[in-house]
Amino acid sequence: MSVHVSPLRVYVGVFLALMVLTAITVGVAFVDLGPLNNVVALGIAVTKATLVVLFFMHVAHSSRLIKLSVVSSIFWLFLLFVFILADDLTRGLLGVAGK
Amino acid sequence: MSEAAHAHPGLHHQFDSYEQQRQSASLGMWAFLVNEVMFFGGMFLAYAYYRHRYGHEFAAGSHSLDISLGAFNTAVLIGSSLTMALAVRAAQMGRNKAIVAFLIATMVLGSVFLGVKVIEYSDKFEHHHVPGPSFVWHDEAGSGKYAGADPFKIQIYFSLYFAMTGFHALHMIVGIGIMLLMLRPAWKGKWNLDNHNFVEGFGLYWHFVDIVWIFLFPLLYLIGRS
Repeated sequence: MSVHVSPLRVYVGVFLALMVLTAITVGVAFVDLGPLNNVVALGIAVTKATLVVLFFMHVAHSSRLIKLSVVSSIFWLFLLFVFILADDLTRGLLGVAGK
Repeated sequence: MSEAAHAHPGLHHQFDSYEQQRQSASLGMWAFLVNEVMFFGGMFLAYAYYRHRYGHEFAAGSHSLDISLGAFNTAVLIGSSLTMALAVRAAQMGRNKAIVAFLIATMVLGSVFLGVKVIEYSDKFEHHHVPGPSFVWHDEAGSGKYAGADPFKIQIYFSLYFAMTGFHALHMIVGIGIMLLMLRPAWKGKWNLDNHNFVEGFGLYWHFVDIVWIFLFPLLYLIGRS
């Protein structure tokens, strides 16, 4: 087994993609899309993070154990957010007797 | 395991092969990063919780930040991630002088980022935007748009701003310190084709810090700009 060495163009390509996405996210912030502004900003951030994880952090060429570690971190983060925000976002939806 | 695997001079005795050693080091680093994800995740959750409640005040606080400095720093940090990735690539190919050069480039870019952060922080102190007894809100940036914003709730935004960017900057300071310590062994040829786990592991850390900023930038600087 030898180490996978990514070609230079992969790194430069990912770098350029990250720069373009940064420019897009700044530009879109000044356009009124309503609630979609947040969705676009987070979507671009997730895309940038995915590029960094896959190519700069070599997860695309790593073992399944490493891939599982990455997915598990996202999963636990998901649990943290979903359970707290499920409470926060649904407060007051149902009337409480006597309140 | 094959004789060739045992022939690696960088192989520690507890591992069967260099590949196994490499996998173990990588997994250990990722286990640490999963912890880091949860550490920052708590603060991102606090941010989501309060922004949902105090969206107007969060937009007010966000408007007082300099978007061009934030965008500049984002570009600088992405550049430092590129030089870090190239340092790891140099280590994988056994080019020691290139490792040193790319580490120095990464440190310079990281220092530029921190320098801009110092400018931004001192601006916040001058305008009394630091949460606490001396906090003052005049709505200079919003030109009256945020006149009715509750200063107490704006302080929650700035508390999160300083906590999140502060811990992010602390991670960068630690990273630059580790890179300083890496320069000598890199120059002496300690990391070669048979032994570059350390450089790869550190690269993972530096890219993680970059990812945190990739989320911090839109969440802190780009709220309600349209």
